[in-house]
Amino acid sequence: MRAFVITVFAFLYLPIVLVVLFSFNAGHHASEFTGFSVQWYGKALSNPFLVEALKNSLFIATTSALLAAVFGTAAALGLTRVGIRTRAVFDGLLGAAIVVPGVVIGISTLVALVQLFAVVNPFLASIWPGDQPPRLSLGYGSIIAAHGLFSMALVTMIVGTRLGSLDRNLVEASSDLYATPLTTFRSIVLPQIMPAVVAGFLLAFTFSFDDFIVAFFVAGAQTTLPIYVFASIRRGVTPEINAIATIVLVASVLLVVLAQWQLRQRKPSN
Amino acid sequence: MSAGTGTLSMHGNRFRHNFLTALLLAPATVWLVVFLVLPFIAIAVFSVGERAPEGGYQAAFTLTQYANLPARATAFWNTMVLAPVGALACLLVAYPVAYYLALRAPQRWRLILLALVVIPFWTSLLMRTYAWMYILGGRGIPALLALVGIEDVRLINTPGAVLLGIVYGYLPLMILPIYVSLERLDRRLLEASADLGATPLSTFLGVTLKLSLPGVMTGFSLVMILLLGEYLIPTLLGGGKVFFIGNALVDLFLQSRNWPFGSAIAITLVLVSVAVLIVANRISNRVAGARRVDLI
Repeated sequence: MRAFVITVFAFLYLPIVLVVLFSFNAGHHASEFTGFSVQWYGKALSNPFLVEALKNSLFIATTSALLAAVFGTAAALGLTRVGIRTRAVFDGLLGAAIVVPGVVIGISTLVALVQLFAVVNPFLASIWPGDQPPRLSLGYGSIIAAHGLFSMALVTMIVGTRLGSLDRNLVEASSDLYATPLTTFRSIVLPQIMPAVVAGFLLAFTFSFDDFIVAFFVAGAQTTLPIYVFASIRRGVTPEINAIATIVLVASVLLVVLAQWQLRQRKPSN
Repeated sequence: MSAGTGTLSMHGNRFRHNFLTALLLAPATVWLVVFLVLPFIAIAVFSVGERAPEGGYQAAFTLTQYANLPARATAFWNTMVLAPVGALACLLVAYPVAYYLALRAPQRWRLILLALVVIPFWTSLLMRTYAWMYILGGRGIPALLALVGIEDVRLINTPGAVLLGIVYGYLPLMILPIYVSLERLDRRLLEASADLGATPLSTFLGVTLKLSLPGVMTGFSLVMILLLGEYLIPTLLGGGKVFFIGNALVDLFLQSRNWPFGSAIAITLVLVSVAVLIVANRISNRVAGARRVDLI
């Protein structure tokens, strides 16, 4: 059994290791490792389209993860204060936001937004005093919103779990000692849930940064890094893509390790 | 639950309590309604509409789009075969790993090994699938095989490559829920079973497997549902030869712009997913009682 488990772990990690290894290959092909070189990283980072896509992805991931962390935490706190039925409705919707395949989320968001814009844009044009009325269109906003849906549900779940294991005695002790609700929140609740909030933010960032399929539908004319990489892969496999893949893989691994570490911080010992 | 009994019970009157609750839940509610509920209603409405001559949507109430589903029978067939087969393959690989992690691994290794399972789950599926394109592609394993005299092996763009990509991509998602259910297992039951003269095999079948079934069903249904909407793996490792529902949807929405038909397919996909969830839930409830396994 141990041998099997070791094989599975090798299976999980070997492909990633190979991509990383060959991103430092001086030669062109996977079949021959001709020497160590960082030339593909230079090539990748001097490609203006790629750098643009990378910047877009960083912006979208940061914004959607921040919104998700704030709204998701607020929702998790709110859900501790409502009745069982309201809670069940929210749990169902949040679960759906996580479980529904990205393809369906992407399509339905696309359809809904296009319909919405078809109504809003003529309206804006009719009330706009100047010549150039603002036009809503697919782009940063729609990607951030669609990513935010999954991410917010994720943060709500992670923070909600932590709130469930919160030490109630501390909260009660705090109010017994005449702390205001705000003081209790700031000095008791917030420190205990903060690791979960940070972990949620990091995972939300990772999700958005890595997501291809949702963005593919709602990106409009914008390009994110996964969309750019997907398009280049279809044109042909090059060591340049290995270099980008390595950067993305290393970044996600670091973020996830950090998130895991955060989640293990100050875990109540019960 | 009335005011003041929540975990974060606060003093103050009921109105203030309710106002703050509403304020906390407002952004999430708006988000869920605008970007989950309304879009879903939108595709449901589209699915009974007609395709406008220039592409897009024209209002109507007809079931033509649903009647037309067999036009994409190949995509449905491929998905409906490879999704359960892929989920089953995932399960067969995942179960021993989850079992080892939960019941056999030395305590100090457990968390590290678990982290090693979680990390790939959160790293880009695109990049991980790309890795297999690289390995299975003409200059990867086939080139190595050619060196030892085995020529003309084609690995990429085959159903086998897609299956491999599926197992690789979704293995962590299968291991985690099974691990959780095995880890919660009351070990005294295993001892009791052995004390009562059960063979290791019958202990495994009668106790371990049975009690871990909720985890198995959670993992299986999640992987299967995500596979029903999979696009990247069949596209990159199937090379356009293994067409999934996801491919059909990308085509219908982004290329041929037949949105009503695409919506009908998407609604069908959601209905199948719900059916999978219900069946999985039934099975685990019947066999193991109502032991729920939460994912995160």
